[in-house]
Amino acid sequence: MSVESPEKAVESLSEATVLFAGDSGDGMQLTGTQFTLATAFAQNDLATLPDFPAEIRAPVGTTYGVSGFQLQFGSVEIRTPGDEVDLLVAMNPAALSVNIRRVKKGGTVIVNVDSFEQRDLDLARLDSNPLDDGTLDGFQVVKVELTKLSRETLKDTSMNTKEIDRSKNMFALGLSLWLFSRPMQPAIDWISKKFAKKPEIRDANLLLLKKGFHYGETTEQFVFRYEVSPAKLRKGKYRAIRGAEAMALGLVAASQKSGLPIFYGAYPITPASDMLHEMSRHKNFGVMTFQAEDEIAAVCAALGASFSGALGITASSGPGIALKGEAIGLALMTELPMVIVNIQRGGPSTGLPTKTEQSDLLMCMYGRNGESPVPIVAASTPGDCFEAAFEACRIAVKYRTPVMLMSDGYLANGSAPWLIPDYAKMPDFGPDFLEKPNVEVDGEARFLPYLRDEKTLARPWVKPGTPGLEHRLGGLEKEDKTGNVSYDPDNHQFMVKTRAEKVERVAQDIPPTDIYGDDSGELLLIGWGSTRGSIEAAVERCRSNGLRVSSIHLRHIHPFPSDLSDIFAHFEKFVVPELNNGQLVKILRDRFLLPFEPFTKIQGQPFKASEIVAYVEGMLS
Amino acid sequence: MPPGFSDAGGDGAPVLKKKDFETDQDVRWCPGCGDYAILATVQRLLPELGVPKEDIVFISGIGCSSRFPYYMNTYGMHSIHGRAPAVATGLKASRPELDVWIITGDGDSLSIGGNHLMHILRRNLDLQILLFNNQIYGLTKGQYSPTSEQGKVTKSTPYGSLDHPFNPIAVALGADGSFVARTMDRDPKHMKSILKRAHTHGGTGFCEIYQNCNIFNDGAFFDYTEKSSKALRALFVENGKPLTYDNGKLGIRLDGFSPQVINLENGKWSVDDCIVYDESSRELAGIVGRMFWQPDMPRPFGVFYAEDRPSYEEQLHSQIVEVTKKRGKGDLQKLLEAGDTWMVE
Repeated sequence: MSVESPEKAVESLSEATVLFAGDSGDGMQLTGTQFTLATAFAQNDLATLPDFPAEIRAPVGTTYGVSGFQLQFGSVEIRTPGDEVDLLVAMNPAALSVNIRRVKKGGTVIVNVDSFEQRDLDLARLDSNPLDDGTLDGFQVVKVELTKLSRETLKDTSMNTKEIDRSKNMFALGLSLWLFSRPMQPAIDWISKKFAKKPEIRDANLLLLKKGFHYGETTEQFVFRYEVSPAKLRKGKYRAIRGAEAMALGLVAASQKSGLPIFYGAYPITPASDMLHEMSRHKNFGVMTFQAEDEIAAVCAALGASFSGALGITASSGPGIALKGEAIGLALMTELPMVIVNIQRGGPSTGLPTKTEQSDLLMCMYGRNGESPVPIVAASTPGDCFEAAFEACRIAVKYRTPVMLMSDGYLANGSAPWLIPDYAKMPDFGPDFLEKPNVEVDGEARFLPYLRDEKTLARPWVKPGTPGLEHRLGGLEKEDKTGNVSYDPDNHQFMVKTRAEKVERVAQDIPPTDIYGDDSGELLLIGWGSTRGSIEAAVERCRSNGLRVSSIHLRHIHPFPSDLSDIFAHFEKFVVPELNNGQLVKILRDRFLLPFEPFTKIQGQPFKASEIVAYVEGMLS
Repeated sequence: MPPGFSDAGGDGAPVLKKKDFETDQDVRWCPGCGDYAILATVQRLLPELGVPKEDIVFISGIGCSSRFPYYMNTYGMHSIHGRAPAVATGLKASRPELDVWIITGDGDSLSIGGNHLMHILRRNLDLQILLFNNQIYGLTKGQYSPTSEQGKVTKSTPYGSLDHPFNPIAVALGADGSFVARTMDRDPKHMKSILKRAHTHGGTGFCEIYQNCNIFNDGAFFDYTEKSSKALRALFVENGKPLTYDNGKLGIRLDGFSPQVINLENGKWSVDDCIVYDESSRELAGIVGRMFWQPDMPRPFGVFYAEDRPSYEEQLHSQIVEVTKKRGKGDLQKLLEAGDTWMVE
């Protein structure tokens, strides 16, 4: 459906950032998601940042109950959810006061004036009304009687006031869609489907959506509406995807390409639960999902499944990964494939459950007893979660090792347009189960469970049920080749070194590192995980300011790609931006003995590109 | 039937002997340990079950008993403390056709692994749990365990332990175990019959086995296991039979909901007054299984409760079959392209 509005001037923007903010019960995540969908349909590139409180329904009207959904979209490549906001939709004073500092000077603020009574101001602990105390000076303020208009629109329905007030976010959505010339059809389709069984609610929501859209045209308050033309994305078929979804799809793809059934053991935890929800929908791909009694049971069951010849996978967030440590050690000792997904959140302890952080790297790298190296693979964008998941499974199966697969709350919840991959072109990676004895001793065929593949150092994987290859695994130190329990001092040293060497050999499969920018210069930014967008956007800006800055982004953190020393040789300064107190930087310094500078942000929020630019400029001035 | 639930197996398999289940590893339990009797009983039982050797898997946790898999020439995993039920859950759920046995001790499964024990019982995976109960921590050299009697003097409780002990049978019944039984290391015949029944049972076969630790807790169960006192102190529960003991001289009747010892020789009571045991009765299992704390009552052994109910793995795979039937076998490309898509030309 397209609505013409010839009477209003249209201003063209190359990119724009919108932030919807309201109570956690106001449906802001939904509004944001629907705006995202419409934007994807308008063929813009985009990135989103849902930001919500840990409480399911925090007290109404309070600043700590504010739920937000920010997205940036554009006709150019979009790498972050945006540094500064062009349009803030604030449903109440709390949402306004929490977020107004993020709006750029001259930006637009749409407020629901009906929510600015004295009571609302008290709840937000405001001494004066921001609508008339100067807070909004320098912004284009659009005051909308959102509650009143919604009630007016639906007065002839049998819906009660509470139900009507709950749907007012649809009015806000419609208005926002109009303002940025987005299509209404995706939202119309979604509402029609979602409330198919409740025709009255469906019609009410549709009515409010359209009213909001038309309000934009008729109100005198808007002089302009904006238009953002389609981005020049690579050719192909796209969909908008969230990181949690993409990662689940990557795991299912790995199951199909390896012929190994997935056993997914998990215990609910924010923000990893979405993976469990996603995986449990794919039963017709033979995916077994198991909601365990606790984190330890989840990982142990995954390991039991791996022992049986399935692909055992477990997922959690920081506190849960901490609990899984002992079992990861057992997986490493028994040298069975397993993938442990860590959707990081703010820590330590319970920390900031709904906020993003990258502070589990050292735990994933070192957080187990004994010498216990495991490969670490990190995803860098919502769509990249698909490839990272596939890669983690491939390494686990080929090298018979547990692999840590790292994501974070921002990646898991954030969405972006995703160029749908061609499944047929993805590589197969058969597990190559051993079915016969693997060595001959004095003319007799024997099976040695710890006889290794020369190239990968992987030991054989045998499915129980295979006659003649009965063997026992366990956590006690293994004798080389036989796998029998051994306390021999030299054997222990040899086995520790061998397990470490096996993990190092993963590097032989890692493709050359892509350098963003020139392959030599004054300063190299080194990142990992979800900071990719901010780092690369910062590199662009620095380069356009004439600075010789490049970046690399590490998919493989353990082992590192083998070409890093060569790359580092062509730069003078090194900055490692991380959403933690400096973790990758420690690993890099340890490994390369170069002056890596940490640039850290520990606020539960992603980097703004501008923050990185400012830091780099400071270093180069 | 979902995959893995066929009747295949057993037919045409070579006849196995006890020796086929022995490994070349030295058995490193203390001389005189009750574990030897359990190991020998299991090795004697397996050839009778008609299960191909390669389909058998032993999973254990940590503790003296948990070294068991190393001594069985089958598949096996010596896992981590208390977690054998969780490991076995993933194994059995993925491969229902395997014959899975969990070996655990009182410390392993009732302390650190209490949570997993409870949950495997309620889920009802079709496998056997052999809980070696010696009422002491052996491998860590003699601390009291969750089944040790209150007041137990050990290295960690020089003035006596304060903890109230678990009755593992009551725990298993409380977690809705579908098969709950108790036997003893010093009665291999009874043990073998109980383990065999647990194996036949189509869900989690929970078997508590009293096991003597002759180093740290010698004689803890001698009242029930030694010739001199067994007849008077041990009561063997059998389905459909009256509860009598001491060679028929004593019996158990119900006084309201309370079990009561009755003398069958003084003319006041007869065997007709005794409880006729019904292992399908949750209520009887509760009453008889809890005969534990009273010093004047005999300690019951045998199958307390057996109930047929679908196993977890059977339901898991039925659900996969059902969903696949309904939605069709998964097509990955379709899944990747699900939802709202658009073309960029």
